[in-house]
Amino acid sequence: MALVEIRDVHKKFGRVDVLKGVSLDVEEGEIVTIIGRSGSGKSTLLRCINALESVDAGEIRVEGQKVYAGMPDLKKFRQHVGIVFQAFNLFPHLKVERNITLAPLLTGRIDKAKARALALDVLTRVGLADKIDAWPEQLSGGQQQRVAIARCLAMAPHLMLFDEVTSALDPELVGEVLKVMEAMAKQGMTMILVTHEMGFARNVADRIVFMHQGRVWEQGPPAKLFANPETSELASFIASAK
Amino acid sequence: MNFLPLWRYQNQLIDGAIVTLELTVIAALFGLLIGIAGAVALKGRIKSLRWLVRGYIELFRNTPSLIQIFIVFFVLPTFGLKLPAFEAASVALSLYFGAYSVEIIRSGLDSIPNSQVEAGHCLGLSGWQVFRHIVLPPALRNAYPAVTSQFVLLLLGTSLASQVAADELFHVAGFIESRTYRSFEVYAVICVVYFAMAMSFKALFALVGAAAFRWPRRR
Repeated sequence: MALVEIRDVHKKFGRVDVLKGVSLDVEEGEIVTIIGRSGSGKSTLLRCINALESVDAGEIRVEGQKVYAGMPDLKKFRQHVGIVFQAFNLFPHLKVERNITLAPLLTGRIDKAKARALALDVLTRVGLADKIDAWPEQLSGGQQQRVAIARCLAMAPHLMLFDEVTSALDPELVGEVLKVMEAMAKQGMTMILVTHEMGFARNVADRIVFMHQGRVWEQGPPAKLFANPETSELASFIASAK
Repeated sequence: MNFLPLWRYQNQLIDGAIVTLELTVIAALFGLLIGIAGAVALKGRIKSLRWLVRGYIELFRNTPSLIQIFIVFFVLPTFGLKLPAFEAASVALSLYFGAYSVEIIRSGLDSIPNSQVEAGHCLGLSGWQVFRHIVLPPALRNAYPAVTSQFVLLLLGTSLASQVAADELFHVAGFIESRTYRSFEVYAVICVVYFAMAMSFKALFALVGAAAFRWPRRR
């Protein structure tokens, strides 16, 4: 059984069909990168996997559990599925340590005595242990994004979703975030990424999924997909992304 | 100009100032509670409750506060609720302050981007936990300057309670004036007292604000 099973998912916003029958499986430990033009439905699909949006038709299952906005164990489910956003979404009124430990403490995952150690552990993994007492506003964009990743890691997720996490960063800050994600990939974390970083997709992903007009247009291993795209849409997308 | 005849009334003036402060603090505390509850209701899903809160806000922001005090003091007894002057003024001023607080706190809540709420939910937090730990602190910071300005207006507005003979500062001044015929001196003194109280609160709020909201503002 795949960790994530997406079956014929449809999603509309008003009259606009954003997802028109998407099916996709993601195996445990797999790194799947979703690429495609703006408006192709990539981010919406990611948000549906975390029940931030509910699907109109079809079904999404994560670890065998059906996912939808009103599901009974939604809070518990989300503790196991981390999502990192383009805009970091750190809590500006909480220091880095509290940003990381707030959810583990409030959900009862850890007690107060272990909070700082947990924060230090996940910050070390993203290379920011020295920023534990900083305010988010005192960090660069790249550092904030790494703290956002650390905040997710503190919940020990089974699956991580990344929604264009480098798009809001200055070019010189992109590398440090990708490095952290690469390290997570090596440690066997199951990851689904929406990204415009073609280099990262090519080097790190196990599989690339190209979405076009709300559908999975083409998918396969990066080497094959980049070298021999089967559809003209993917060929033109790869050419435009170079 | 002779301030000496006022000296023997210093205890009454101090008592009056204390009553003014009590009235202000009580009305502000209850008004703030009304403000938070009303703002949550305004952002809630129950349409009838939203209409009720909206009606309350419009009623209390578009009628004179003096009439509101009169209604609580003179009209409610006909419905069996008879309150002494201080309590009646406290109720009316709480409702008055509450009506403004609802809008101020609602705008504070609205200033928090939805992405913050989403981030909280994505970490597995409940709606209440997201509100209490993620939305409320920065919302209060954003609302704080307007709430404190409104507080000072409330402090000055407590003088209206003199009209139902609550023993606050302005009422005491009227009493002293009737005994001494020193109108200018009496009102000059209480003017200074009101000014000093208002400025002290402003300084206090600045200190409290700096201590409570320590995180740096967005660049």
